[in-house]
Amino acid sequence: MEYILLIISAMLVNNVVLAQYLGVCPFLGVSNKVSTALGMSGAVVFVIVLATMATYLVYTYVLIPLGIAFMQTITFILVIAFLVQMVEIILKKISRPLYQALGIFLPLITTNCAVLGVALLVIKKDYDLVTGVIYGGATAMGFGLALVIMAGIREQMELANIPEGMKGVPVSLVTAGILAMAFMGFAGLV
Amino acid sequence: MNQMQNFTKGFLKENPILVLVLGTCPTLATTSSSMNGLGMGLATTFVLIGSNVFISLLKDLIPDTVRIPAFIVVIATFVTIVDLMMQAYVPSLYETLGIFIPLIVVNCIVLGRAEAYASKNTVWSSFVDGAGMGLGFTLALGVLGAVREILGSGSLFGYKFIEGEGILVFILAPGAFIALGYLIAVVNKINKARKA
Repeated sequence: MEYILLIISAMLVNNVVLAQYLGVCPFLGVSNKVSTALGMSGAVVFVIVLATMATYLVYTYVLIPLGIAFMQTITFILVIAFLVQMVEIILKKISRPLYQALGIFLPLITTNCAVLGVALLVIKKDYDLVTGVIYGGATAMGFGLALVIMAGIREQMELANIPEGMKGVPVSLVTAGILAMAFMGFAGLV
Repeated sequence: MNQMQNFTKGFLKENPILVLVLGTCPTLATTSSSMNGLGMGLATTFVLIGSNVFISLLKDLIPDTVRIPAFIVVIATFVTIVDLMMQAYVPSLYETLGIFIPLIVVNCIVLGRAEAYASKNTVWSSFVDGAGMGLGFTLALGVLGAVREILGSGSLFGYKFIEGEGILVFILAPGAFIALGYLIAVVNKINKARKA
């Protein structure tokens, strides 16, 4: 039950993009088409779950015993960069179709602040490994959900007549704002 | 391009947030008031200047193939410095900005300038570029913070000058997206008018 509440809270109530402002760049960048949005979401869920696990283990079993917890920013970003690279190489070797689906999104993920953000939040909130991984997965699914909804809206918006100055980024941001308002409706849920 | 132009290009013409639309996450997250926006802007400026100068100094030593990881380590070092300093000297601001201080590491502006500018130019130009871009970033954060604070709580830098409640939504997430959207539209318009 505790985990279900955690999932709902991380996915809907505190949606990573629309309430915590993490991962806004890819949210604006790859939300043109639903199919790309789905691919990106898959890649993000995959990487965030792995990254949360890896950074948690590195933090607890390397940084804390050595007394260098202040190095967490440097260590985490290197672990994430390394992990993304590894995932890319392994996927290419073992699963061709999966690589083709997620491959082009993987390099983009290193600079997705949601990944580092979730890793830091798990440490900050003092979660244990299982809770941390569930939290990470749910957050990533929240990212995917927001991304896919946004892509669906933007596909429709292609047909709309938008004032010259608002085209592109401004109208996407305003749309995201309205979407965020809708997500605020989940606030009473947990 | 002379140094003056190099310095001022980040303010309007190539403003990292309003024109290049980089680093939107900290922009949205830390501008619930003008003070927080400025604090975040200055922290980023420090990292930007530090990493730009350092990378420019090291550009001949870093092999081309591993330059991105090397840049990230340099940036992360400066971020850690800022993180520890802010924790020591401005603990209340540090609390409000929270994880967005360590997240300067993945701010695309910092790595973007390292890759696009500091790795190709002299130390002095890189310093000027870093300072200009950083202040442009700070300016945009300050303006967005001011707009949101005035609309959301009727105050500016904590000084209340409009009676009543204010439009709460501008302090919250939706207001951040909407205010930034309109701000970018205005800057688009200004830049277009300047070109014409």
